[in-house]
Amino acid sequence: MFAMMRRNGLTLAAFALACTAFVAVTHSLTRDTIVEQEQAQLLLVLNELLPADTHDEALFEHCVLLGNEQYLGTSEALPVFAAVKGGEHQGYAIETIAPDGYSGAIKLVVGVQADGRLSGVRVLNHNETPGLGDKIELKKSAWLLSFDGMELLGEDDARWAVRNDGGQFDAFTGATITPRAVVKAVRNVLLLVSQHPELLAQAPRCGASL
Amino acid sequence: MTEQHKEIIRQGLWGNNPALVQILGLCPVLAVTSTLTNAMGLGIATLLVLIGSNLTVSLVRRWVPNEVRIPIYVMIIASLVTSVQLLMNAYTYGLYQSLGIFIPLIVTNCVIIGRAEAFASKTTPALAALDGLMMGLGFTAVLLVLGGLRELLGQGTLFDGAELLLGDWARGLRIDVLHLDNGFLLAILPPGAFIGLGLLIAAKNWLDARLAARRAPVAKAEITRARITSL
Repeated sequence: MFAMMRRNGLTLAAFALACTAFVAVTHSLTRDTIVEQEQAQLLLVLNELLPADTHDEALFEHCVLLGNEQYLGTSEALPVFAAVKGGEHQGYAIETIAPDGYSGAIKLVVGVQADGRLSGVRVLNHNETPGLGDKIELKKSAWLLSFDGMELLGEDDARWAVRNDGGQFDAFTGATITPRAVVKAVRNVLLLVSQHPELLAQAPRCGASL
Repeated sequence: MTEQHKEIIRQGLWGNNPALVQILGLCPVLAVTSTLTNAMGLGIATLLVLIGSNLTVSLVRRWVPNEVRIPIYVMIIASLVTSVQLLMNAYTYGLYQSLGIFIPLIVTNCVIIGRAEAFASKTTPALAALDGLMMGLGFTAVLLVLGGLRELLGQGTLFDGAELLLGDWARGLRIDVLHLDNGFLLAILPPGAFIGLGLLIAAKNWLDARLAARRAPVAKAEITRARITSL
């Protein structure tokens, strides 16, 4: 009885060891490529929001981590990239969360120019309904481009809502919750930049991993 | 090729097809077949895991005690899936993102542990690998048909996003078949997948019935003739 248990236990342990070794080897072989891929993907999005002529220093060099429940929808620290040219700030690319999407959180990057206007908005990640809410992807529809060049005039700017609520942004047929969540998240980012620039200045720098 | 090989091929692709007959792995079948590219990506990933797990399980079958075989199979499958996931993350990043949670969920695809338990653990590595290949191909084929149908009805294209899987040259593969202003939404949503799979199973059963019917009347005809001559 005990002999059998010992034998089975040892066999299990041996297999666990072999399987773990196999995964560990694959992980170490692919680790660098994965990091490269993720950075390349993020850089692709960042370069759309902060074009190459807005900065002469690497975006990853000017990165801070900021978490703010009120303005960024999450207390988890998200990266903010600053475009710096000739030592001057030309704009930010701010990652934010729209927590009230139809199917959970929507992860966005918002590009804000030095004059407070939006250079653009991109969706990094979402789970909205295919065919309805997923029109927030640029691949599916040009809706996101309606943010380009917009600005927020103070906290009571009534234009910052979807058309159903009296604002200036179109809603999708059959999906109002998704665009409403995105508009609100972008508005909050603009509020953060205009009213609390000190939060950005005080935020800790990103770790070496970014 | 022996009769045994032929039987394995026939069972995997048609007679005992994992998606149409065993109805295993429904979750990925229904969830990721919204486009042909996604279907192909998950099909290939499942195929690789299935061959790998069948081969490994068959190779180690002498050292696996009967009492702890299931945890060992689960470990083998889980580490294979994790490796495939890491490889896809590294080399097909776009596809990795669009398949999302369904790559790690291959671990729970019952086709894989089902074949390990029912077939691979009782046979030679070569036969087990062949079985994995054929079951995987049968599974992938169903994913492809369903994915193609849903993409065609839902957004009027084929191979949309193929560059995510195959690299930039594949951008030209995209075909706009129908020009739909508003795609047939039901086809994209999970209920559409259920209905589509149901229709595919019905089609397979109809084909089988027809084939059987075509064989049967021949036998019947002989009997009738025999009767006539006896008169």
